[in-house]
Amino acid sequence: MHPFTLERPLDLAAALAFRAQAGRTDAPVEYIAGGTDMVQLLQEDVRRPDRLVSLAGLLDDRIDFGPQGLRLGAAATMANVAASTTVIEQFPVISEALLASASPQVRNQATMGGNLLQRTRCPYFRDVGYAACNKRAPGSGCAAIGGENRWNAVLGTSDNCIAANASDLAVALVALDASVDVRGPGGQRTVRLADFHRLPGDTPNIETVLEPGEVIAAITIPASPMARRSHYLKVRDRASFEFALVSAAVALDMNGPRIREARIALGGVGTKPWRVPQVEAALAGANLDPATLRRAAALATDGAQGRGGNDFKIELMQRAIVRGVETAGARA
Amino acid sequence: MPNLAHGSIVRSTIASGRVTLIDSTAAEKAPGVIAVLTYRNAPKLAYRERHGMTDPSLGERLHVLQDDRVNHQGHPIALVIADTLEQAGYAATLVRVTYAPDAGATDIGKVALILPTQDQTDQGSTLPSDTQRGDPERALASAEVKTDQTYVIPRENHNPIEMHATIAAWDGDRLTLWDKSQWVDGVADEIAAVFGIAAGNVRVVSPFVGGAFGSGLRAWSHVTLAALGARVAGRPVKVMLSRREMYYGTGYRPHTIQRVVLGASRDGRLAAIIHNAYHETSGYEEYTEALLNATRFLHSCSNVYTRDRLARLNVHTPTWMRAPGEASGVFALECAMDELAVALSLDPIELRLRNEPEQDEFKKLPFSSRSTRECYRVAAERFGWSRRGPEPRSMRDGRLLIGWGMATATYPTNFAPASAMARLLPDGTAEVASATSDIGPGTWTSMTQVAADALGLPIERVKFTLGDTRLPATPPQGGSMTVASVGSAVQAACRKVREDALARGGANDLAEAMRRIGQPIEAAVDSKPGDASQRFSMHAFGAVFAEVAVDPDLGQTRVRRIVGAYGAGRIINPKTSRSQCIGGMIGGIGMALMEHSVVDVRNGRVANGNLAEYAVPVHADAPPVMDVTFVDENDPHVNPLGVKGLGEIAIVGVASAIANAIFHATGKRIRELPITPDKLL
Repeated sequence: MHPFTLERPLDLAAALAFRAQAGRTDAPVEYIAGGTDMVQLLQEDVRRPDRLVSLAGLLDDRIDFGPQGLRLGAAATMANVAASTTVIEQFPVISEALLASASPQVRNQATMGGNLLQRTRCPYFRDVGYAACNKRAPGSGCAAIGGENRWNAVLGTSDNCIAANASDLAVALVALDASVDVRGPGGQRTVRLADFHRLPGDTPNIETVLEPGEVIAAITIPASPMARRSHYLKVRDRASFEFALVSAAVALDMNGPRIREARIALGGVGTKPWRVPQVEAALAGANLDPATLRRAAALATDGAQGRGGNDFKIELMQRAIVRGVETAGARA
Repeated sequence: MPNLAHGSIVRSTIASGRVTLIDSTAAEKAPGVIAVLTYRNAPKLAYRERHGMTDPSLGERLHVLQDDRVNHQGHPIALVIADTLEQAGYAATLVRVTYAPDAGATDIGKVALILPTQDQTDQGSTLPSDTQRGDPERALASAEVKTDQTYVIPRENHNPIEMHATIAAWDGDRLTLWDKSQWVDGVADEIAAVFGIAAGNVRVVSPFVGGAFGSGLRAWSHVTLAALGARVAGRPVKVMLSRREMYYGTGYRPHTIQRVVLGASRDGRLAAIIHNAYHETSGYEEYTEALLNATRFLHSCSNVYTRDRLARLNVHTPTWMRAPGEASGVFALECAMDELAVALSLDPIELRLRNEPEQDEFKKLPFSSRSTRECYRVAAERFGWSRRGPEPRSMRDGRLLIGWGMATATYPTNFAPASAMARLLPDGTAEVASATSDIGPGTWTSMTQVAADALGLPIERVKFTLGDTRLPATPPQGGSMTVASVGSAVQAACRKVREDALARGGANDLAEAMRRIGQPIEAAVDSKPGDASQRFSMHAFGAVFAEVAVDPDLGQTRVRRIVGAYGAGRIINPKTSRSQCIGGMIGGIGMALMEHSVVDVRNGRVANGNLAEYAVPVHADAPPVMDVTFVDENDPHVNPLGVKGLGEIAIVGVASAIANAIFHATGKRIRELPITPDKLL
């Protein structure tokens, strides 16, 4: 672990100022909130900041619900949000996604903002013994392509990077058209979560649209008829405390037995949380019979590219969509 | 510990080649750094020849910091010694190593297989690599029903919760090691040989171990490095492996590929068994394990051929991992038996009953005891097996497919020489000691019980001390033989000191006798096995039944119930024994459904060297029902205590029972572990 100074600024402005001083690449200054991913990265030498700026106590941890919808402070913990009655009743996909993530101990400590910014589980990214990782070392190559890539993405990849986004929460939020309030030294802005994470393209080392110094301040989720009837499905190798092979966040506005409108996003398969508007369009007005759902789900594979170890995800994601829609559709 | 320094190991990132340059200037200048040792400046070590009981008998253990060779990924290249753990770890990242890699061998699919020259099983009895009785090829040719399949188990790592760590401290030419070990005497002998000093100069302390599963049976290179660092630094040095280092710095269960051919008559009598296997070993040691032993005696068959081959790779040497050999070999055999049962349209238990041997047909010896029939009966009854519909996909729970499968389990009963000391004190209490460790089976508890029982004292008056080379020598805590071996010594020592006390004290009551004697008396015993192993084939046997629920669309499997019945002789402590069995069941779930050290064959590096990406079962994976029964079994031959050992039979057969259950649920036969969702789509 690279030695660092832990800064504990007393206000957010001071915290933002630290980070803004550093350039985008090499990042000798990093933020730490709950630390559940950052500490792993520090221990494995993936991140080597000179200064770690603690955001403890500087960000909003409230969970607010009003006519506009849900607002989650960036510092709200996964545990608190998952247990919130409002979230469970009005936005169950968020609670389910959180409870399907990590472990109770991790959830007690990990925050909303941190969760959206967690790094990929791609083993070649996490093991500095591999020289070839364009995300860690731009231009060095991608060891996952042609290697052990069961954990990797089939959608949104490039020849430079096939790392999957690891956040379950982000998948649920993208399905619900969430936005992110960003605060920086220059002021505030709001970004649609769907635009927040970037495709790897030629710059897999740049994962989000955050400028140096910016932090996530809050997440807002609009009220919608879909949010109440929503579900998160996660398929993985063991029953708990594991990342997704494939996951699906599904939110449905039903008109009797028919779907009026669907919102669907996928996890475990994309380099960013993967909304599937083509599937949503095919489901508009559809009923819940398996053949219809299968036909619609097949549209999700458009552009999917298996890399040898993860080819199964192309089939599994379709089945996850079907199961997710069936389960959400069966809800009262 | 005052003045403790910390060592951090720099490990290679190539599998084969030479180190051409080590630039340690930045590391040496880093805060707190005391020294950076490499092959260029490290003292030359004696590395006296030694092949201990737990080491492969052929080959030469890894030499560290003695030359520029790189034999495997993770090969120690340098040791950084610093004042604190963090300083040592950071400085290690500053060491710049340049390599001249060569092609090496990192793909098990691409190397020629070799005949093992080692022919030793893990407990010292000698068995050749190729064995045959009868004429299997001919018997197979005329067999009415056959199955011929290949079963693959990937590499698995022990992943105990406690990392391996050693503190080394020199006092002149005397060395003390606070270590994580399943055999303190072995560590002392090994380190003495490495350093060229007398074993009596090395004290090793390791009473309680946070899980090991076999990874602590050898003294790994970090123990040498800690001692070397302490010598150079002139201070005690602690070296602890990181989780990722555990995938390189200690051994593992090797990747095995096994072909099992069974031929039988229509009425289910086995006519022929052919079991050919190969697995990985390092380039510098030939590791073999008892992979094919059970095939030779578990089921009755006149025509049996077994063959073992090795694939030498640029990997570090595998090692014993809970039921090494049997866990892997019995998996293949018991899945093959299930396939045969299906081909015969015969109930799997019935198939085994029709092939129940009257003796060990390989050794041509009677079994000292064998309760397989009773185990099948009891476990089947407790499981409700009679309600099983034999057709796959015939049992459902909502949209889930339910499957029921079973397997036979076995593990040898080992009994090794061991020593113990018992001392009675005038206040009527006792101190009993031996060098054995406790890696979790509750050895400390069960030895205290054996002692109290033999002394006729309440358990609160008996203090058992363990895990120190200053105490009477014991064999490794492995091979499920600790209660048998150490227990027999403890029992003998306690009986002896009790007899002595009663005789000398002239009383019938031990407390009264000791009061009269007024000073401590002690007895030490070196216990040795008799010749029972020449006259009997001695094993524990069991039957394991599993119920799984498989989601046919998503491929996820959950184990709902496991029922096991075991004939393991006398059960000293039902609670710790049951714990071993349910621990083994959970380990078997891991083996069947999720464990896999993923090796990138391009370069030999373990891709998932951490507990996030290497999946072991968590609480949510444990079935709500894990039912364990010990059938009544009295075996006077195995050892004076009549115990057979449970630690390892506990995992044997579990993965097969689960794999067989998955076939019953889905109609899909998956022969390559782990059976992850993608394999069931």
